[in-house]
Amino acid sequence: MPRNRTDKVAVLGSSVRRAAAGKASSRSSSPLRRRLIVAVLVLAALALITVSFREGTGGPLHDAQNAGAKALHPFEIAADRVAQPFQDAWGWLDGLLGARSEAERLREQAEQLRQQVIQNESALQANVRLRALLGYRDGPTFPRDYSGLAAAVIARPPSAFEQQIVVAAGASNGVRLNAPVVTAEGLVGQVTRVTDDAAQVTLLTDETSAASALDLRTRAAGIVRHGAGAGDTLVLDRVAKDEVVNVGDEVVTAGWRSGGLASLYPKGIPIGRVTSVGQSDTDLYKQVQIAPYADFGSLDAVLVLVSRKPPPKLP
Amino acid sequence: MIDALKIAALVFVAGVLQASVFSGADLLGGTPDVLLLALLGIALQRGAVAGAAAGFLGGLLLDVATLESLGLSSLLLTLVGYWAGRFGEATGGERRYVPLASVLAATVFVAVGGYLLHFMLGADILAERALVTALLPGLGLNLIVGVPVLSLCRVLLRPHERAGEVQLLG
Repeated sequence: MPRNRTDKVAVLGSSVRRAAAGKASSRSSSPLRRRLIVAVLVLAALALITVSFREGTGGPLHDAQNAGAKALHPFEIAADRVAQPFQDAWGWLDGLLGARSEAERLREQAEQLRQQVIQNESALQANVRLRALLGYRDGPTFPRDYSGLAAAVIARPPSAFEQQIVVAAGASNGVRLNAPVVTAEGLVGQVTRVTDDAAQVTLLTDETSAASALDLRTRAAGIVRHGAGAGDTLVLDRVAKDEVVNVGDEVVTAGWRSGGLASLYPKGIPIGRVTSVGQSDTDLYKQVQIAPYADFGSLDAVLVLVSRKPPPKLP
Repeated sequence: MIDALKIAALVFVAGVLQASVFSGADLLGGTPDVLLLALLGIALQRGAVAGAAAGFLGGLLLDVATLESLGLSSLLLTLVGYWAGRFGEATGGERRYVPLASVLAATVFVAVGGYLLHFMLGADILAERALVTALLPGLGLNLIVGVPVLSLCRVLLRPHERAGEVQLLG
């Protein structure tokens, strides 16, 4: 029972107005009466559920329900009309928020699709290059006595001063030190370090690289090495002045063999095309510049040439 | 008598609003239950019997208006009204946590009880949808909407003070 603490202190000789709680609640009803009422209501609800489920849709309870719904209908319409402006306002706000989130979702989707397109394009290009590699490996110009081991490039030169790449094939795949590395376009370099699963390839554009080569048309011989200028330009060095080299001539590896020694590179691997030829009276050799066939800046798969023969031994 | 009329009017208005306006409203993924909140307000102010009676009538009104199976809402709301009334009586109804706790408990009870009743009656309802996806936003909305609704009930059903003259001797 709640205790009303607002009663004022009685003062002799005066009248006091006492506030009395007017809660007509069940607090004054006995527990038994209260429980009885609730039990009756629960039983009534259960009876309604039972009858509602057992009788058909045309039963008296359903008829009564339909009549009740019909009677309530005007009130529902009135409530709906009263609430309509608020509903419209909410709908507008919700649509606004929805439009923003929808725009955000579409933006994310567009970004995903853009990445997907880039991945597809990369995969397509890789596919084209790998097909070209396979075509080269199975073609007639592929060096005999060698097998081609396709390997993905997993690391590229970290700076312009280092001309090495790392490929995902190593000693466990049969890669040997000094093995030539090519693409379908032409010579790339040679293996300079081998681990079990990877190999470092020093590109032909590195200052330490050199390959004996010859002009395919005139048979003028020389050594291909990195040019003095920037970029991927190569030079065909040590070409005697009396040799004939023309612009546009194709330069390939010479692949010489002398006694027990042999060139590191097999014969006939394309290197590049002559872009300029010059000579001066003071120089001993011609100055021949070559544009390499291989694109050293975008290597993503190469062929490591693995010799089928045992490596030559020094006498 | 006036109290009974006020309670009946509250239940009627809340039931009609729930059936026509709020039951179809999707606010932040949930639906506020104005009838339940009004019922809690009545039960907390007027006790268990009034709460149970209001719950029964409100449930009946809702089932009639929405053409649902008769008795389902009545059963749930009767029990909720009775419990909330007893809870209010036991705690004196003055403590601050009482409205919040009653809204939380009643919302969860109605969701779980409604799911169980419908499940027992063969309705095809996903438990995840009924007890997680819809319940959590509904709970949040009831807590938000509960503040004005319970306040309104408290104002409408405020105990009227009766002046009593006490003649003192002397």
